[in-house]
Amino acid sequence: MNALGAVDLGLALLVLAIAGWTIAAREAFAAIVGYVAYGLLLSIVWARLFAVDVAMTEAAIGGGVTGVLLISAAARLRQAQTAEDERPTLPLRLMAAALSALAAIALGAVILSLPEPGPSLAPLAAKNLAATGVGNPITAVLIAFRSFDTLLEKVVLLLAIIGVWSLAPDRYWGGAPIAPRAARPVGALTFLAQLVAPIGVVVGVHMVWVGADEPGGAFQGGAILAAMWMIVMMARLSEAPPVGAPWLRAALVAGPAVFLIAGASGAVTSGAFFALPQAFAKPLILIIEAFMTLSIAVTLPMLVAGPPRRAPL
Amino acid sequence: MPGFATTTGGVLLILAILLPVAGLTASLALGGRRAEWIALTLAPVGVLIALAIATNVLASGAPVVYIVGGFAPPLGIALRADGFSAIMLLTTAAIISAACFFARSGFATPKGEPEARAPFTFWTLIQGLFAALNIVFLSGDLFNLFVALELLTFAAVPIVCLDGRPETLVAALRYLLFALFGSVFYLLGVGLIYGAYGTLDILLLAARVKPEPAVYAAAGLMTAGLLAKTALFPLYLWLPPAHANAPAAGSAVLSALVVKAPFFLLVRLWFDVLPKLPSETAMALLAALGSAAILVGSVLALRQQRLKLLIAYSTVAQIGYLFLMFPLALGGGAWSMDAWIGGVMQTLSHAFAKAGMFMAAGLAAQSLGHDRIKDLGGLGRAMPMTVFALGIGGLSLMGLPPSGGFAAKWLLLTASAEAGQWVWVAVILAGGLLAGGYVYRILAPALSGEPAALNSAPARSREAIALALTLVALLLGFAPQSFFSLIEIGRLPVVGP
Repeated sequence: MNALGAVDLGLALLVLAIAGWTIAAREAFAAIVGYVAYGLLLSIVWARLFAVDVAMTEAAIGGGVTGVLLISAAARLRQAQTAEDERPTLPLRLMAAALSALAAIALGAVILSLPEPGPSLAPLAAKNLAATGVGNPITAVLIAFRSFDTLLEKVVLLLAIIGVWSLAPDRYWGGAPIAPRAARPVGALTFLAQLVAPIGVVVGVHMVWVGADEPGGAFQGGAILAAMWMIVMMARLSEAPPVGAPWLRAALVAGPAVFLIAGASGAVTSGAFFALPQAFAKPLILIIEAFMTLSIAVTLPMLVAGPPRRAPL
Repeated sequence: MPGFATTTGGVLLILAILLPVAGLTASLALGGRRAEWIALTLAPVGVLIALAIATNVLASGAPVVYIVGGFAPPLGIALRADGFSAIMLLTTAAIISAACFFARSGFATPKGEPEARAPFTFWTLIQGLFAALNIVFLSGDLFNLFVALELLTFAAVPIVCLDGRPETLVAALRYLLFALFGSVFYLLGVGLIYGAYGTLDILLLAARVKPEPAVYAAAGLMTAGLLAKTALFPLYLWLPPAHANAPAAGSAVLSALVVKAPFFLLVRLWFDVLPKLPSETAMALLAALGSAAILVGSVLALRQQRLKLLIAYSTVAQIGYLFLMFPLALGGGAWSMDAWIGGVMQTLSHAFAKAGMFMAAGLAAQSLGHDRIKDLGGLGRAMPMTVFALGIGGLSLMGLPPSGGFAAKWLLLTASAEAGQWVWVAVILAGGLLAGGYVYRILAPALSGEPAALNSAPARSREAIALALTLVALLLGFAPQSFFSLIEIGRLPVVGP
């Protein structure tokens, strides 16, 4: 076994160990920390499988944003906790464990039965790459071949925001959420936010820009921009905007709206909704990605900030 | 090759999806009363589009196809409308429109406020539901269908807890957990299928699928996930509190349409993706679960004290009938077309009957200030139109002639008898008797006694909407021949035993 093989084996064992620890942890916070570590390790696994785009998304969404969401949810639960600890009985837990183990073994066996190498659409996607004007086949799949899916996933995010807001008391409607943040300004956190945020914004924008030809894109770049806004809010350098603010609504829908307009224009110029005219394909894709990035960068922090918790001014 | 190029009228398919998506986006941006106006304008436009699609399918006698983005599968995504899709689109557009007009008085933005929580949420999410349902009925791609299921979940769950009482939050959370569990199982199955065949397109898969371990595992996972979402016994626990706690217009859409979407996908999966899989045992199991749902759901409905919960448990039972169609229609016997039409007819007649009944129950609860069944005395004299709607809807649930429910249950009954599968005959007959029992429990007190004292008189227009929907369920019993020609279009030839 060469050195890389040993690293892979170690990585696999570590992923399994952290997964087990996350399930076994009795404290919500401990479980979430385990889960975030699990996400980051998984992103290294993806990188080792040469799926760099997936690795970046896993790190940004699976490890980062989901982690923040879970931690703020756990913090809110702790305030409301009645400390009742209903542990299922031992036979029930044993049965659940046996069932899970059985399902895992069956799934593993099925996955080993799949053809090797697996049938793949990658050659077909590569062959059609020229029609899209971009160099990164993942971006081509997301914004050209299966752009319909990508648009609809953005709409899922809009529905999620509406769902979170709908949990507010009626009197706070139109008011602002309170993002999870330090109880009072903390010097170190303020300094960190002032230092990291400008760099992070540049990195995020860069990631979107190179995403056309290299690994990266709207999801990953938007998630980094979102993280920067979250850090700034956590350090109390900025407040979450009121949910009725026109600019906020505009920013939330900008990505889907531009995507829809570009998709409809394809029906006029190229004969099919979501078709891209060959000559303008690349600039169009970049414009769509830019507005999608904006929407993602605004949607994720607003999801973390939660429902409005202040009366409108 | 048919199915891989856009046909005439194909553009209607993408319009049916993109109009509600655009409406939702614009409603979120503009907010307030404009959200209501957008929803009220686009829903009837959706009816026109659905009618045009049905006309096109009927005229061409073959599925209408649209290739999104000009990239044909396996690289891109195809939308396809067969007869079942077309009739479901039409049903969805009609019931969503009815629900929108029914909801106007309950979800008006108060004067002097730019926007309020419940109206904003309702008018945006109902458009999200409309879009999601249309994708479910049109998409020809298994992953695209997963995104549709996610849209459906995130639009449906907040409607359950729209009025914010603690018990509605508990119901919504339970619904969310079941729905997400279902999504994960479905997605796992889709992943296995892609790993085995390198495509997600339903038509391509139908040609490539072979009976092998990965396919069996995927079929099991996807079926389990979809069963949780459609609330088939024993995974129904989330449904009654969720459907009983939502506002009436929401309950109507959830019970009539949202639980039908995963059922529709189960039909797609077993009839269109996996017709080559030997499935006798699996189909018998589905029908057995359906039978259990009919009996358990009906008995529980008989025991309820509240009107909305009774109607919700009746949904659990009526969903059961849908699954009797699987072993009968998939077998390739002479009776399979009867069973198919019976299953489709049950889907439609339950949708219209249940939508109308939930609206009627909402009106009764609003006017009486409660929905306790034992205190419904005199309702028939005070709100005759509403009680009439409950009665007509009940007729279809029981399967009495002349109604869509009768046609559905009669076709399933004769198909079972022809197939020699007598156990389903017994279940259908028992289910009809039990349904008669729980409908009687509503009507007996409602039709007796002096006129009940009402807190507020119901709006005539809202009573009329509820009654009109149940009348559609009744009229389905008189469906013309073109209706039957339509729902047979595009069924892949089933491989005989």
